[in-house]
Amino acid sequence: MKALFWRDLALAGRAGGAAMLGLMFFLAVVAVIPFGVGPDLNLLGRIGPAVLWIGALLASLLGLDRLFQADREDGGLDLIVLQDFSDLVLTVLVKTAAHWVITGLPLVVAAPLLALMMNVEPLAGGAVMATLLVGTPAVALVGAAGAAIAVSLPRGGLLVSVLILPLCVPVLIFGISSARAAVTDPDPFWPPFLILSAITLVFAVIGPVAAALALRASSD
Amino acid sequence: MQAIAEGLAGGRGGTALFQDVSFALESGAGLAIVGENGVGKSTLLRILAGLLPAARGTFELRDDEGAVLIAHEHLHYLSHRNAMKRELSVHDNLDFWKSFSDPSGDAGGLSAEAAIAAVELEGIGHLPFGYLSTGQQRRIGVARLLVTRRPLWLLDEPTAALDLRSSRLFAALAEAHLDDGGLLIAATHLPLGVDGVETFDLAMAAVPDTDCDDGEVWM
Amino acid sequence: MSDIAASAGWWTRLANPSRFLALSNRLGPWLAGGTVLTLAVGLYLGFQAPEDYQQGSTVRIMFIHVPAAWLAMMCYTVMALSAIGSLVWRHPLADVSVRAAAPIGAVFTALALITGSLWGKPMWGTWWVWDARLTSFFVLFLMYLGLIALHRALDDPARSGRLSAILVLVGFINIPIIKFSVDWWNTLHQPASVLRVDGPTIHPSLLVPLLVMAIAFTLLFFTLHLVAMRNEILRRRVQVLRRNAARQIGESR
Repeated sequence: MKALFWRDLALAGRAGGAAMLGLMFFLAVVAVIPFGVGPDLNLLGRIGPAVLWIGALLASLLGLDRLFQADREDGGLDLIVLQDFSDLVLTVLVKTAAHWVITGLPLVVAAPLLALMMNVEPLAGGAVMATLLVGTPAVALVGAAGAAIAVSLPRGGLLVSVLILPLCVPVLIFGISSARAAVTDPDPFWPPFLILSAITLVFAVIGPVAAALALRASSD
Repeated sequence: MQAIAEGLAGGRGGTALFQDVSFALESGAGLAIVGENGVGKSTLLRILAGLLPAARGTFELRDDEGAVLIAHEHLHYLSHRNAMKRELSVHDNLDFWKSFSDPSGDAGGLSAEAAIAAVELEGIGHLPFGYLSTGQQRRIGVARLLVTRRPLWLLDEPTAALDLRSSRLFAALAEAHLDDGGLLIAATHLPLGVDGVETFDLAMAAVPDTDCDDGEVWM
Repeated sequence: MSDIAASAGWWTRLANPSRFLALSNRLGPWLAGGTVLTLAVGLYLGFQAPEDYQQGSTVRIMFIHVPAAWLAMMCYTVMALSAIGSLVWRHPLADVSVRAAAPIGAVFTALALITGSLWGKPMWGTWWVWDARLTSFFVLFLMYLGLIALHRALDDPARSGRLSAILVLVGFINIPIIKFSVDWWNTLHQPASVLRVDGPTIHPSLLVPLLVMAIAFTLLFFTLHLVAMRNEILRRRVQVLRRNAARQIGESR
């Protein structure tokens, strides 16, 4: 399993760009927002956390369809699916973890920088980073289920987003709530943050199990 | 070890293709499944591997005492794709599959270098897999079977991309595997050239055209 | 094979599509008749009901809106149960049931959203508010659309049944989480600024037509579901026949 994790990381490095593409998309989405709403720094500061979260959510969904598709194309997925069910669930979890390190972690690291550009207070920027650190794995985990369901489909990419976005609504709500709460005084930061962590843990169970079932079902 | 299929039936896309496929193989025996395109050779192989459910029938691996084994731990499945990453070197690819299919390291098998040498591609290990020709890629695909020792080989068109010399090389490797007490089941439309392999024509087990009112037909 | 099916339990027997078709032929007209009858009674009672002193005649939208919303949720429950049947017992009719229910559920959800919006205009003065219920229903609508999109993308019935069953169950587990989070979000942003519709207990003169309409909509759902399942079975037969035809042409050359 460790070998699988390192191989997937190495592949992302070799394949060139695949890892960085999500990050670039994130930058681009955040950069077009001021063109849409105007350069008013106060307004940007207010909506900044939300813009960062939505950008990160979309960027995390972007690369999800490749999670299993590359393995399917070269036939390796057959050998992965042939394992015991518990091993298969673990494999999915490991692959998702590698995927998150490649695509999710750069978003988390870039978030505070973009927060500065959006005139978000430093404290709120830190809060966005913390919530992204906890929240983006949830997107990747439930996204693994979507990626597994769509693995055999030619235009899976768009479909994965359509299937997964409604399920990501809670992650978005609690992520932005706690990021906001860090700066607006009366609202407490911890309750939404802890709920967000709980959702991530729930998805850590649901996502890989559903993905493993779906991979079995689509191994034709 | 024994591989026993009893009354297997299967199909694809809601159409039943074959039924009542039964055979029993002892250690050291091979079976070549032949038949025209579309009779369901690959489907049968995937059912044997456990990737597809059989519509009816069973397939079991038993050890010498007759106890049923967990099949997927004792078989190698080589589809028409080679399960290798184009971006990684041949050596890394083989190393990965060695550690993936045998994490504890007690199944035995050749090292990646020895496996590359066994398919007579010494010196190619450091190159990315994507740089290899189709025939070379297939030989590396076969080398994956050597890095972890597993008794049953399930091969889908193993020689389709190979030239005559490579086919002979493959036949020698397969014969060595059988001599070593292994088993081999291959779907092929080319003669395998492996000694001691029986031939089974899947067309003999084809399902006659079914009446749609059968009720099972769309499952 | 049919001998085996005959000796097993009733559901295995029902799993035979021919038997299901025969049953649905007998059941269908009764269901359809019952639907028309209760729908007529419900609508009559609905228009006989007294006008609300605050809302006037627009309160009658409720007789469509509320049953549609109930049915939208019931349909997802039916799909989740079918999904379990499909995953655990590999019951082929359960696949068909999931697939047939999704568009019906989407239409009921859309109906609930549209009538809610029509009701909202005179009540709230706007077509749409980001109220907790409307928002969670909108998310439910998106989930139905996702399922339909998946069905359209998958053409192999054997695979698509299990895959959509998995998606339905993942969604079903998520519905409470989504509902909870939307409620949280709503109280955070709009502290009780919208007029609640469900404030006072409902008057019996409105309750009776509402219940009759709920029964009518339930019957309507089962009628539509039955017909949709029939269509799906026939569609798959056509698919198999076409594949067989393609195979035979290949063989005769």
